[in-house]
Amino acid sequence: MTSLILKNLTLPNGSGADIEIEKGRITKIGSVSGSGIDCAGLQALPGFVDAHTHLREPGFEASETILSGSRSAAAGGYTAVMAMANTSPVTDTAEVADFILDAGVRAGFVEVKPIGSVTKGLQGAELSDIQGLSESRSKVRMFSDDGVCVFDEDLMRQALVAVKAFNGVIAQHAQDPTMTVGAQMNAGALAAELGMAGWPAEAEESIIKRDAELAEQTGSRLHICHLTTAGAVEVVRWAKARGINITAEVTPHHLLLTEELVRGYDSVYKVNPPLRRLEDTLALREALLDGTIDVLGTDHAPHSREKKECEWQNAAFGMVGLEHAASVLQEVLIQSGASWERFANVLSVKPAQIAGLEHQGQLSVGSIANIALIDPTAKRVIERQTNSKSVNNPFAGITLPGRIVHTIFKGRFTLKNTQIQEQQ
Amino acid sequence: MRHLTSIRELTKDAAISLLDNAQQLSQVNDREVKKLPALRGKTVVNLFFENSTRTRISFEVAAKRLSADVINFSADSSSVSKGESLKDTAQTLEALGADAIVIRHPLSGAPKLLAEQDWISASVINAGDGSHEHPTQALLDALTIRQGFGLSQDLSGLKVLIVGDILHSRVARSNILLLNLLGATVTVAGPRTLIPVGIEQMGTTVNSSFEDALSAKPDVVMMLRVQKERMQGEFFSSTAAYSKAWSLEGDRLAMVGQDALILHPGPMNRGFEISSEAADDPRSQVLRQVSNGVAVRMAVLYRCLSGEQL
Repeated sequence: MTSLILKNLTLPNGSGADIEIEKGRITKIGSVSGSGIDCAGLQALPGFVDAHTHLREPGFEASETILSGSRSAAAGGYTAVMAMANTSPVTDTAEVADFILDAGVRAGFVEVKPIGSVTKGLQGAELSDIQGLSESRSKVRMFSDDGVCVFDEDLMRQALVAVKAFNGVIAQHAQDPTMTVGAQMNAGALAAELGMAGWPAEAEESIIKRDAELAEQTGSRLHICHLTTAGAVEVVRWAKARGINITAEVTPHHLLLTEELVRGYDSVYKVNPPLRRLEDTLALREALLDGTIDVLGTDHAPHSREKKECEWQNAAFGMVGLEHAASVLQEVLIQSGASWERFANVLSVKPAQIAGLEHQGQLSVGSIANIALIDPTAKRVIERQTNSKSVNNPFAGITLPGRIVHTIFKGRFTLKNTQIQEQQ
Repeated sequence: MRHLTSIRELTKDAAISLLDNAQQLSQVNDREVKKLPALRGKTVVNLFFENSTRTRISFEVAAKRLSADVINFSADSSSVSKGESLKDTAQTLEALGADAIVIRHPLSGAPKLLAEQDWISASVINAGDGSHEHPTQALLDALTIRQGFGLSQDLSGLKVLIVGDILHSRVARSNILLLNLLGATVTVAGPRTLIPVGIEQMGTTVNSSFEDALSAKPDVVMMLRVQKERMQGEFFSSTAAYSKAWSLEGDRLAMVGQDALILHPGPMNRGFEISSEAADDPRSQVLRQVSNGVAVRMAVLYRCLSGEQL
């Protein structure tokens, strides 16, 4: 394989440069002689890393497969996704984890790394084979029961202790199930009017508080999935000030969309945790700007049409997210004056660190060439249909800034001039 | 107006004009031949996913008085119990020629979904959805109040008290919205566990004492039907305790103004949320509510299906 040269791009620190790639690695950043692909006007970033993707395979292939989800990720500028464990069978054994790992390699669009479940079958009763998962070929480092909360406090403590042995992390879906029985949307005046059971902010905040204390006691790493409330931001801020080893994630939809969208009972807006009030959205954006929130995680949750084309209460929770995440982040971060370095940190560097992905989140000589190139001046209307198999896309029709032009995974184009490049 | 799924869809003028139409149509009830040819050739389907004989019959009578064909489709005796989706059921009914679907559903929002998704082109009329809304009930209540006070326009200046299980009540929600639209002042009263947090923002004050609320001399006391099984355990300690604090009876009935109106959407639990004494009191409007229900539903069906006012 001959060298690939990207000419005239802009680095995260704002300086102009060329990048030379050979044998899948970045060999030079600076001025590179010879012809290459003109990237004038394009912002180069380390390939994006999603620490929160539902690829649905094995078990729910009508909604997404590892291949279709990988293609969607590449189209969104991603070079790595962490595959959530709520598959069928659940990713609670080395066999399931390695199946996902291998299918990701076969697909070839992004690094697919499995997340192990914290508890067997996501049942919340006994721990999964955490050690076996960590020693599998997949070398699982992140564990989550996402979709449900690890509610048993002692089990959560044991899980935190168990992952400490290999510097793993527990990613908690913070939702007290006793406070959210039958909950359909954010609790408050709108839920009262629409006649649906509400999801109080305290159900999220109380679990984060509890788990932060457990993380403090055990000295283990805790990651909080999808923060949604102003109060949750306050709890994380408090925990970080205490020096607790905690990181926090926000989704694209909780940064931009609010509960007002529920008025039409269109289940494309049904998501767990729910869309909240405008003041929550504003608090999340502020927390992302000041660093209280560390990463953007898509919670990409594809669902086939029949799971969404029904009454709100009967519909599945979740929305797709991989192909508009970067645009949402540009809208929230860059347009508020934050730097592209901060953008790269939120969408690539930090999630790679949290997930323990050694070859992601770097844009430097010698590192594996995982690169996203954005046209930041583009404006685009988000289309409902993406490369995902599912169309539960709440951003359809919304105009957002930025377009992913190229994605390079291990030195090869997976997206070139906005077109998916089929892999051999 | 093509659909009516929520009072939110109405302007004040539209609401008043619906009440005016209903007032005119209520006279058809007094004729020897109780029928108008207005909707001849139109088909109205009553799609009921929840039993409600009264509401279903009221819509049926309303449609028949306008000469529409009526099909009653009850969910438990249909393919729905075999797992058919709402979309398929609605599209099937439209393929059978339905021009309007009157839908009663146990889940909040089902009528709105049916009206707003691109599944069918028929009119959708909400006959009660979960604990969301029951717009024709609110309209018939407003018509009854208007008649009771000899008014011809809105209800400005009137004080309306709604009493009971507000949390689960679609009647309360539609009434709060419509009464506000028509200029009335609304107070809800009931046990705190049965008043949804944030309900004030719909346009009502909340009172936790029936006596206190009555001492403000409301012009209308609207008692809600209460599900007895909900009045023990999670929401209230016991049915007897509920009745003691929240039934319209005895001293409380005596506190109701002589010119005030007593409303109840029916069917009544006599001796539970309302005493027989109150139900049969000359101030009680219960039967007028029933007859106004037919008139209001005629007006709504006519407006949705013809696109015109009378």
